[in-house]
Amino acid sequence: MALTRREFLKWSGTAGAAAAAMCLGFDLKPVQSYAADLKILKAKETTTICPYCAVGCGLIAHTKKSGKLLNAEGDPDHPINEGALCAKGAALYQMTVNKNRMKNPLYRAPESDEWEEIEWDDALQKIAEKIKETRDATFTEQNDNGQVVNRTTGIAHVGSAALDNEECWLLQGIMRAMGLVYIEHQARI
Amino acid sequence: MTNHWIDIRNSDCILIMGSNAAENHPISMKWVGKAMDKGATLISVDPRFTRTSSKADIYAPLRSGTDIAFLGGMMNYILSNNKFHKEYAANYTNASFIVGSEFDFKDGLFAGYDPKKKKYDKSKWAFEKDGNGVPKRDLTLKDPRCVFQLMKKHYSRYTPKTVSSITGTPEKDLKKVWEPYAKTGAADKTGTIMYAMGWTQHTVGVQNIRMMAMIQLLLGNMGRPGGGVNALRGESNVQGSTDHCLLFHILPGYLKTPRASNDSLAAYNKKWTPKTSDPLSANWWGNTPKYSVSFLKSMFGEAATQENNFGYSWLPKIDDGKTYSWLDIFDEMYQGKFKGFFAWGQNPACSGANSNKTRQAMAKLDWMVNVNIFDNETASFWKGPGMKPDEIKTEVFFLPCYTSVEKEGSITNSGRWMQWRYAASKPPRGCKSDGDIMVELFEKVRELYETDGKFPEPIKNMRWDYVKDGKFDAHAIAKLVNGYFEKDATVKGKSFKKGTLVPSFAYLLDDGSTSSGNWLYCNSYTEKGNMAARREKKDPTGMGLYPEWSWCWPVNRRIIYNRASVDLNGKPWSANKNILEYKDGKWVGDVPDGGWPPMSNKEKTKRPFIMKPDGVASVFGPGRADGPLPEHYEPLECPVPKNLMSSQRMNPVAPVYGTEADAHLSCDPRFPFVGTTYRVTEHWQTGILTRWQPWLLETQPQLFVEMSNELAKLKGINNGDMCKVSSARGKVEAVAMVTGRFKPMTVQGLTVHQVGLPWCFGWIYPKDGGDSANLLTPSTGDPNTRIPETKAFMVNVEKLGKRRA
Repeated sequence: MALTRREFLKWSGTAGAAAAAMCLGFDLKPVQSYAADLKILKAKETTTICPYCAVGCGLIAHTKKSGKLLNAEGDPDHPINEGALCAKGAALYQMTVNKNRMKNPLYRAPESDEWEEIEWDDALQKIAEKIKETRDATFTEQNDNGQVVNRTTGIAHVGSAALDNEECWLLQGIMRAMGLVYIEHQARI
Repeated sequence: MTNHWIDIRNSDCILIMGSNAAENHPISMKWVGKAMDKGATLISVDPRFTRTSSKADIYAPLRSGTDIAFLGGMMNYILSNNKFHKEYAANYTNASFIVGSEFDFKDGLFAGYDPKKKKYDKSKWAFEKDGNGVPKRDLTLKDPRCVFQLMKKHYSRYTPKTVSSITGTPEKDLKKVWEPYAKTGAADKTGTIMYAMGWTQHTVGVQNIRMMAMIQLLLGNMGRPGGGVNALRGESNVQGSTDHCLLFHILPGYLKTPRASNDSLAAYNKKWTPKTSDPLSANWWGNTPKYSVSFLKSMFGEAATQENNFGYSWLPKIDDGKTYSWLDIFDEMYQGKFKGFFAWGQNPACSGANSNKTRQAMAKLDWMVNVNIFDNETASFWKGPGMKPDEIKTEVFFLPCYTSVEKEGSITNSGRWMQWRYAASKPPRGCKSDGDIMVELFEKVRELYETDGKFPEPIKNMRWDYVKDGKFDAHAIAKLVNGYFEKDATVKGKSFKKGTLVPSFAYLLDDGSTSSGNWLYCNSYTEKGNMAARREKKDPTGMGLYPEWSWCWPVNRRIIYNRASVDLNGKPWSANKNILEYKDGKWVGDVPDGGWPPMSNKEKTKRPFIMKPDGVASVFGPGRADGPLPEHYEPLECPVPKNLMSSQRMNPVAPVYGTEADAHLSCDPRFPFVGTTYRVTEHWQTGILTRWQPWLLETQPQLFVEMSNELAKLKGINNGDMCKVSSARGKVEAVAMVTGRFKPMTVQGLTVHQVGLPWCFGWIYPKDGGDSANLLTPSTGDPNTRIPETKAFMVNVEKLGKRRA
């Protein structure tokens, strides 16, 4: 039987569990490994790619039935990292399961010294209105030389290197459809 | 990367310069290690002895900002000792081309310099052409006006003594690097370069990389396994976001952004479609009209018709000759020229050069939107250090988004592999995916334009059939990015029905029959399925190409320019480096860079560098803003009064901005030390995703300034003391980290000290963790790319007292 490395690790994990049952009280290592296995035993496995640098290491994310992330670790089948990860990648779990995450849109009014919570729909509606107001006020159909340019120079955009390709494409699409020319992102710096 | 991560293992000599791969791309070292196991040599050149240096066979220090001098010396060594790969250089590069008689170089300036405009007239650097308009060549490389001879003359000035006096690298260390690397000029050897922001973030960034690319070409290392020019990109999808061109000067697939003078689609296509008179040049960019029209069909769908030039007038145009780059954005924002601003998944308050200027600029906006996972110095700039919230009118919207494991889509790594990710965990209530934010926001904007508004056509006509029930669908957009047949069509003898996914960009058309959001990604999501999601680990060449694992652009070609990996008969330059071979009338191995037969078939062949109009690689680059050959110039701020190479102290065409926030002081006793910035393994970019994570924060809790034992002694600083680090633009407080990794150097007979700071900290969190090192850096940059010069600037370091408990 041909085993992939990942399958092999699973098999050896089961063997470890048997060993643990026999040696309980003498060697804690197999018990710890068994406990780690238990945590993800019935978990769903989903492959993913590290969101940090552009080496593109593979990971496996383990989730509970409820959808809660339990664990993320290097994907031994991935040909680039072969299961290995750096400190950041190995801590990937903590980016998602983190009490410091922002979980509500916020609004800061002019001259205010505090954030206030805002509903998603209100926030997006207000932003859309700001876009229209600014675009209509600054839209340039012709430049100083009389050439047709159809652009707005009142709004600038930066960012996107952490987005997925499909999001990047859509983002450039909506920004250009709105007439922005000041479109930049991390690649420029 | 022209090659890819695993391919590093095929190298005989690996130069890591302008990068600290061991700490910033740690897993890349797995493949460096595998090459070393087979006998490869690892060379590290860096101002600081890094963890990468600790793994290297050879280490040489250099002063930050002097890479061209270092490599110019290597070029001189290669040329004067005949270490180059002659057959490769003569046939596959423009080394043999004859340069026109107007070209000249005197005292740091190339012909055509206009000191008033600080610009070159590049027509003075053109090649001489024959009666058919094909550049004249001398394949013996002996003509005194041929590129090879001009290069030889140019770099003969970079003697070991001069180079050492500029770079601060001891002469003996220069040769220790040059010799082993030059050995990769042998046909059976390849050498590779791994570089990162240490090369790009300079006023000579592009020429740093060109200098190395030229060396790679002369040594015959391009297109070959274990070779290439390999940029180690720092963000998981910065390759993809670049390919999709969230950049002012390009549209998806590196098409040019329309200029105001391109007053019609025909004018646009005429201007940006390169031409060649050489029958042996494939001139792949000659296909530009197919790609631009297919892009317009993806943007505007059925509204894009032949009659309305496929909606060309709906695309915004930029003024000819004007730049709209990052540095320009914050310069103009600082002057109050913008009202609205999006920082989407980015933290410019810490990430760009001259953070004080950036932060003050944002205070002059009417409104801004920040999308992020955590609070950050950009979203909360109005309550940052030195800010008076009651005087800042900027309205700010913060929108919380999903993490990478909570949504589905693809990202493209540095080796151009497009890899699919799946939604693994359930996102927290209250957050939205970036894609859904885009969809909902744009639908609201479009609704507002239903009734009135300026020039509503592009907003109303934007293609939207890939959005279902107001939801973002990564698969639907991935398919659109690949492209569809928009009507029944027959191409290359094959018939396709309307609605079929286009199999590859070779089938795209310029008459509106096809769409493709990005021609480079055409072939990534076809009728065969989602190529990026593939996980087959077959390796038929045995060279680590893994052609059925994910997908890579273009058309799954794992090493680009791979027809340069073979000789004129289509045989690999050496048998142990076989990724591609012409056998029995066809190519076997990697997806070839075009299917034409090898160069010995003079009737049917095409030259291997198919993206270049002449079909060969440009060791002489007549298109760059600052000259066709790299030349050493000092950074904007440097520790020496003059440039030893010429009387041009700094790059004569580099942009220098003029607001009061743009102070810069070179060779000034108040700022006597060379400063540079870098990263640490435990934090990512400005640290905004990692500082909030307890595990990572514990390992790297606060800003430090690293300095040599000698400098610490000179300034009475002990390891762990609090210090103030200041430049002409700003200051930060940092813990002194006194190490033997920096050493004072001798530059032009003077002792020069260097210090370094990581730029992953910011005032918002953790408390007392220090602020961004970019408060110190200047907003100047490269004249071609406008990437800021954040790797070489001048600072002072003063002791503040003992470290806080």
